[in-house]
Amino acid sequence: MAVDNGVNVEALLGAREALSQTPEGAKFNWRAQCDWIRGTHSRTSVEGFFGLGEEQKHRTKFTFDADHPEIFASEDHGPTPPEIVLAGLASCLTAGVASVAQHRGIQLNSVTATLEGGMDIQGILGIDSDVRNGFDGIKVTYNIDADATPDEIKAVVAQSQKRSAVYDIITNPTNVAVEVE
Amino acid sequence: MSHCLAERSIDHVVLERGEVANSWKTERWDSLRLLTPNWMSRLPGYRYKGDDPDGFLDMPETIRFIEGYAELLDAPIHTHTVVESVSVCGDGYLVSTSQGEWACRSVVVASGACNIPKIPKIAQALPGHLDTITADVYRNPDQLAAGGVLVVGASATGTQIGEELQRSGRPVTIAVGEHIRAPRLYRGRDIKSWMYDAGVMDETYLEVDDINRARNVPSLQLAGSDDRRTIDLNRLTDLGVRLVGRLAGVHDGKAQFSGSLRNQCALSDLKMNRLLDRIDEWITESGLGGETAPAHRFEPTRVEDSPPLGLDLGEFRTVLWATGFRPDYSWLDVPVFDHKGRVRHDGGIVEAPGMYLLGIPFLRRRKSSFIDGVGDDARDLCEHLAGYLDGRASVAPA
Repeated sequence: MAVDNGVNVEALLGAREALSQTPEGAKFNWRAQCDWIRGTHSRTSVEGFFGLGEEQKHRTKFTFDADHPEIFASEDHGPTPPEIVLAGLASCLTAGVASVAQHRGIQLNSVTATLEGGMDIQGILGIDSDVRNGFDGIKVTYNIDADATPDEIKAVVAQSQKRSAVYDIITNPTNVAVEVE
Repeated sequence: MSHCLAERSIDHVVLERGEVANSWKTERWDSLRLLTPNWMSRLPGYRYKGDDPDGFLDMPETIRFIEGYAELLDAPIHTHTVVESVSVCGDGYLVSTSQGEWACRSVVVASGACNIPKIPKIAQALPGHLDTITADVYRNPDQLAAGGVLVVGASATGTQIGEELQRSGRPVTIAVGEHIRAPRLYRGRDIKSWMYDAGVMDETYLEVDDINRARNVPSLQLAGSDDRRTIDLNRLTDLGVRLVGRLAGVHDGKAQFSGSLRNQCALSDLKMNRLLDRIDEWITESGLGGETAPAHRFEPTRVEDSPPLGLDLGEFRTVLWATGFRPDYSWLDVPVFDHKGRVRHDGGIVEAPGMYLLGIPFLRRRKSSFIDGVGDDARDLCEHLAGYLDGRASVAPA
């Protein structure tokens, strides 16, 4: 039976071929807009982006509420921003797992990623300036049932890291310019 | 190529910017040996004839080997002739050199893949107290000041020089990006012997899934030495070398390293094991299993739980760039380049009629960039070239 992870590899390979001829079209611009609601609660929306040489739009506008739990004296209207970062990493790697597996002819039956990020909040609370604000490390554990050998599955997960945008964003420095208008 | 052209009585000259074996004489470190065993030192009509087929030629021996070939062929070599430009002229090319001009029907570009060191842009942000050196001008540890060395790059060059510097008493940190691990010996034989037997070295550019990718794969992390040792990252760790991720940035006098070290090593171990799987399969299919050492796997690359993501550059005296090389085509005034500055070609047949490329990674075969691989490529391309000169339409490049 044909392998079907729901990934249209032919379309992706076609796009890769087309964009290697016209690298300008490969320049994308991702955007998000965030509105403060109240307290530590905010709502971020995404809708438009730029790619393939023109303005593009998601099928619909998506919103993400973020907040902090009650032990931070907040109202817990949504996940914390670091949890959203974990979600971004998990979904990026998992999309990669599905795509690489499809490309390699590996049928996936189930894929679960469990993520943990350790953090010493003395950093964000300004208690100890030697403590970093961000994660002191992230651990991702995959549990994958697929029609493949353990090494083939490991190779799919390794390749998905090699080609992941969010993995790259998290593991390498990025210049961030924050301005006030 | 000169040998193949002479066989067909095609009038030609070989232009050499310096002397025969120039880059071997001027751009190699003292302790370097060929990465391929002596029995692989074969060129059309010529081969290593010494008594140590499993050894590795050092640089003086390599130079003598190549000079011996030039003498044997009595090739029409014009040394100390720097090519300044090649441009289209009628139905051929005009070649301007430091010794005058040549008009020709056909040009074979065999100027190599490793002319200019690739140095990342972040090099400009390094603090002024650091000495920097590239692998082509590195000779031996004494050339470097005492003190810590940051070796950037962990392919064959970075691991060998890193080992040598660490043993000289200079503490080495090696920044590890994409690399391909390979053992020197496996199941009692040189890995290259198995790669030949299992058909890996002779794989052609038409047989691989993605030839652009195959041409950009780093060279195997191999070294030639008397004790035929493997110089992988575990060996460097045992010697006290510190492993860090790919050099990702320089900020406020600190080097920043990528958090991807674990995955870079996992990718490399998996790739090595796929090669060993292929060799094991070949041994089993050939019925040689009883005559060789049993199949086994090497210890995975050891990576500490939290490798440093940033280091104060004050602890180093020298940064050594082992980040690879790129070809220099600045003299080639013919529109044959893609947007990345690479020559567009089909297995060495360049788009411009009568122009050929020779001696770059995976040109026509996996072995193309080895001394042992250039012969088959030269024979193939010479046949095409001869057809082109004869005006046979069927061989005109698409």
